[in-house]
Parts: sequence; C-alpha cells; structure tokens
Amino acid sequence: MRVHGQSETDGMTYSYMQTILKIDNLSKVYASGFQALKSVNLDIHKGEIFALLGPNGAGKTTLISIVCGIANASTGSVMVDGYDIRRNYRAARSLIGLVPQELTTDAFASVWATVSFSRGLFNKPPDPDHIEKVLKSLSLWDKRRNKVITLSGGMKRRLLIAKALAHEPRILFLDEPTAGVDVDLRRDMWKLVRGLRESGVTVILTTHYINEAEEMADRIGVMRAGELILVKDKVELMQDLGKKRLSLLLQDPLRQIPKELSMYPLELSPDGSELTYTYDTQAERMSIVGFINRLGDMGIEVRDLRTTQSSLEDIFVNLVKE
Amino acid sequence: MNIYAVRAMYAFEMARTARTLMQSIVAPVISTSLYFIVFGSAIGSRMPTVGGVSYGAFIVPGLIMLSLLTQSISNASFGIYFPKFTGTIYELLSAPVSTLEIVVSYVGAAATKSIILGLIILATATLFVPLRVDHPLWMLAFLFLTAVTFSLVGFIIGIWANGFEKLQVVPLVIVTPLTFLGGSFYSIGMLPPFWRTVALFNPVVYLISGFRWSFYGVAEVGVGISLIVTLAFFLVSLIIVGWIFKTGYRLKT
Ligand SMILES: Nc1ncnc2c1ncn2[C@@H]1O[C@H](COP(=O)(O)OP(=O)(O)OP(=O)(O)O)[C@@H](O)[C@H]1O
Ligand SMILES: [Mg+2]
Repeated sequence: MRVHGQSETDGMTYSYMQTILKIDNLSKVYASGFQALKSVNLDIHKGEIFALLGPNGAGKTTLISIVCGIANASTGSVMVDGYDIRRNYRAARSLIGLVPQELTTDAFASVWATVSFSRGLFNKPPDPDHIEKVLKSLSLWDKRRNKVITLSGGMKRRLLIAKALAHEPRILFLDEPTAGVDVDLRRDMWKLVRGLRESGVTVILTTHYINEAEEMADRIGVMRAGELILVKDKVELMQDLGKKRLSLLLQDPLRQIPKELSMYPLELSPDGSELTYTYDTQAERMSIVGFINRLGDMGIEVRDLRTTQSSLEDIFVNLVKE
Repeated sequence: MNIYAVRAMYAFEMARTARTLMQSIVAPVISTSLYFIVFGSAIGSRMPTVGGVSYGAFIVPGLIMLSLLTQSISNASFGIYFPKFTGTIYELLSAPVSTLEIVVSYVGAAATKSIILGLIILATATLFVPLRVDHPLWMLAFLFLTAVTFSLVGFIIGIWANGFEKLQVVPLVIVTPLTFLGGSFYSIGMLPPFWRTVALFNPVVYLISGFRWSFYGVAEVGVGISLIVTLAFFLVSLIIVGWIFKTGYRLKT
C-alpha cells in the first residue's frame, strides 16, 4: 500500500510498519550456474534501519544489486513502495539511493561535478543548496573542487554516499559503508544514518562489524549461502544477547536436577558434573544469590564456576556456521 | 524523456572530452595534416585530377570520413566501456533512465565530439587545398548521420568488449581497412573491374561517395543509394542497441 504526502506528525508512527520494500521469492542463478539467492522473502518497513548480515559470499550484494536494477533476478518479484522494479522501474529507482560495496568512482571529475551528476542522473533539477548540504554533512565540502582521484579511500567512501544522497532518495542501500573508515568517521556516519532515518529515509545496510548492526539497526537479517535465515527485531535479539550463563562445576556429579531447584532455569550436562544457570542480565540478580544459597543448603558442593555471555557475534557465528 | 538525466549524462561525457582535449581533438588534426602533406601535396602534385577535382581536394571528404568513423567508434566505445571497466556503470544501471536516454546521451556526446572534429579537419584542410562545398546541407546531413551511426557502432563495441584488446580490435581489423578500401584516397573507378565489384560490398564506399558528392557533386554511386545504405546502417545499429538493453546483455549479471 502506498500513502503519499503524509504529514510529519503522523508519518513516524503511522508509517512505521508500512512496507516500503517487498521482496518475494527472489532467486538468482548467475550465468556460471551458481545460485546466489534461494527464494528470499523480505519486507522492509518504512523508516527503519535494517542491517543485513552474513559471511562473505552469502548473497547480500546480489540481493541489493537486484533491487537496485544492477542484476536481473532469475525468479521472484520486488516492489518498491508499490512499484514493480521491472515494470515501473522509473518510479521504483527514483526512490532508491545506492552506495556500492566497491569503491568505484570517476577519477578526474571534481567532487562537486560528480555529485551534481548523480542528482541529474536521477532526473532532479540542479539544486546547489542540497549538494552543499550533503557535502557538508559528509565533511567533503572542503574537497569540493578536488579531483576524485586525489581523495583518500575513506573520503571516496563518503563521496559515494554523497552521490547516493544527491537525489534525495527515500530508501538508501549502504553496502558495507564503513569498510575502511576510521573510528571517528564511523561514528559520524552512524550519526548521519540516524539523521536520515529521522527524516524518514529507510536504510538498509550490510556490515561485517556486528557492533555496528547492534548500534544502529532496528531489525537484523542474517543471510547464509543465499538464504535469509533469520529476520528479527534487534531488541528481541538483544534479549538473547543479554543472556548470561553461570556454569557450576560440581564436586559430585548429580543424576538429575533436584526437585528443590526446579524453579530455576537449569541445565545439567550429560555426565552430571556441570550445572548451567541461564539468566537475563537485566533482572534476576537476586535469584542468583538465592540459588547459590540454596545449593549450599542442599549440600551440593561447587568445585569451580565461570560465567559466559553470548554476544550478537556469538549468535551470529552460531547461525551462519555449517 | 527525462530531460535532466539526459542533460547530466551528455554534459558529463562532454566534460570528459574537454578534459582530454589534447588527445581527442589535437591528435587527429595533426594526423590529418600529415595525410595532406604526404598524400595531398607530395603525391597529389604528381597526380592528375579525379573527376575534375584536384587530388588534394578529392581526398578531403575521404579523410574527414576516415577520422569521423574511427573517432566516432573510439569515442563511443570508450565512453561506455570505461564505466564498465571502472565499475561506475552501477550508477547508470540503478538510475531511473531508459535505454533510449542512455543511448541518446552517450551516443550523442560521442557524435558531437566527432562532428566537431570533422569540422575542425575541414577547416584544417582549407589551409592546404582550395575547397568547395556544393551541397552544404547534405554535407552536414552526411556528417551527422555518419557520426551518429558509427557512434552507435562504437557503443555496441564498448558494451560487447570485455577487455581493452577487444575494444581495439574492431576498429583496427574491420573499420580501418574498410575505410582505406572504401575510396578515401582514390575513386573506386580506378580499381580493376573485379575489385570494383568487391568494393561495392563495402558499406563505407557509399558513405564516402555520398559525402564526396555533397562537396563536388560527383559520386561513385547514386547519392540516393548512399543515403539508403547510411540509414540502413543506422537502423541496424539502433536495433542491436535496443536488444542489448532489453536483455541486459553484458551490462547486467
Ligand atoms: N557476476 C557473478 N557471477 C557469478 N557468481 C557471482 C557473481 N557475483 C557474485 N557471485 C557469487 O555469488 C555469491 C554471492 O555474492 P555476493 O557478492 O552477493 O556476496 P556478499 O554477501 O555480498 O559477500 P561479501 O560480504 O563478501 O560482500 C558469491 O558466491 C559470489 O561468488
Ligand atoms: Mg557484498
């Protein structure tokens, strides 16, 4: 469904769950015969920041390329704000800005010229004020007269972002925007992306820095070998992330978890020598104390203990392995 | 037509030309001047007139065509091959522009450049030989049509090529021989009968003949046939380009 011309006030809340990008059953077989995407289904909500994670070769770039019109899908459909990317490619593509993974820029044109070109290419009338704003927001204003070839790698990355923003897209794809970008700039970039979201832009980014996804994303999708294996709200995922495990090595193995301890979230290792208590970091501090006291009361002796915390990275690594 | 988009693409290509002014304008002017000195003055002074036209003047249209063909092809093929090579083609493919708009802009820019070049060579030629142009409008029409057609051919080559060798090979192996054998420096009437018949299968003969007719009013083949062959060339190129974009041939994976 499409709703045009929303006011600022109803925009944020009302439109939040509106689907702006709908990917159905998308598959891609490259000419080599390699299947890079296997029936991917994904709905992107208007105004969200969506992080697409996955190991090298998972198919992230392929997915983005199809949506943006750079690669042809083998089967399936993509709708951008209600417009089919093939039948209504003009309307669909006008809404999209793309920052590619590879640093591909003209060499000899000036920064100003190449960003202005991008705006024109998307059939927008020249707007020097907008270009100025974009260049300033990416700290490229001082470089506007420089030839692209004289920019550093991180500056080129920002130039690509400036080019993608030149035509005021409603959906921005950032394919590894922070690869090769220093820590300060990375934080600036996060700020910029949040600013874009604030102004109603939907952002889809890929990254290999899990903490970046943690920092930025509203939702997270994980790809593996051409399949989208998980799409989840970050907060929910963080709840998994927030889990801590307290492992107790017992002096004498237990046969089973004693009835008296059944109210605790416990697991017993198969050999009965290790008792694992899984708990939420935010809450239940008190019940750990209670639990340990209880063990003492019951005469269960603990030889050693350790705590572990699963990070998003752990979850991610577990998800994508094998 | 997305007018801003076409304007942006065209202007960007023309700016590229301006940046490489030396190689794109000066080099062909120098090489054409050399042709005049060698063929026109040195050899031509010992040659009789061809169809009532002095040899030096006779070769002018052929020389312009030679440059027009090779430059249109190389301008247009580089123009589209380069973004493919550097990867900046992604922007073109992701933009809300149609096939037609891309072709109009890129081919238009390449053709503009070679037309300017053709006119510069024409101006250079007047320094060496007395020239007359009987049918200036036809002259411009042939100039325009040839530049556009061979820019389309170049565009196709640029898309087809997946390496710099391929980019060079068609102009070198096909176009240059066809042009040299197409009567740039002689009238095909000077050829033995057998080769004259062979020459008539060379489409460049018709282009040069028509173009020369617009200068001196003499032609090897009827000017109508020249026009038809040129237009046919143009349409075939156009159809191939249309097919390329429709299928995404060598542009989209
Ligand atoms: N043009 C192509 N022809 C054949 N196979 C390709 C092509 N492009 C990509 N692939 C293959 O498709 C798979 C997915 O590639 P893709 O670039 O989408 O991965 P990715 O998730 O973006 O990886 P990365 O994190 O390294 O960027 C890879 O196995 C890759 O080798
Ligand atoms: Mg990638």
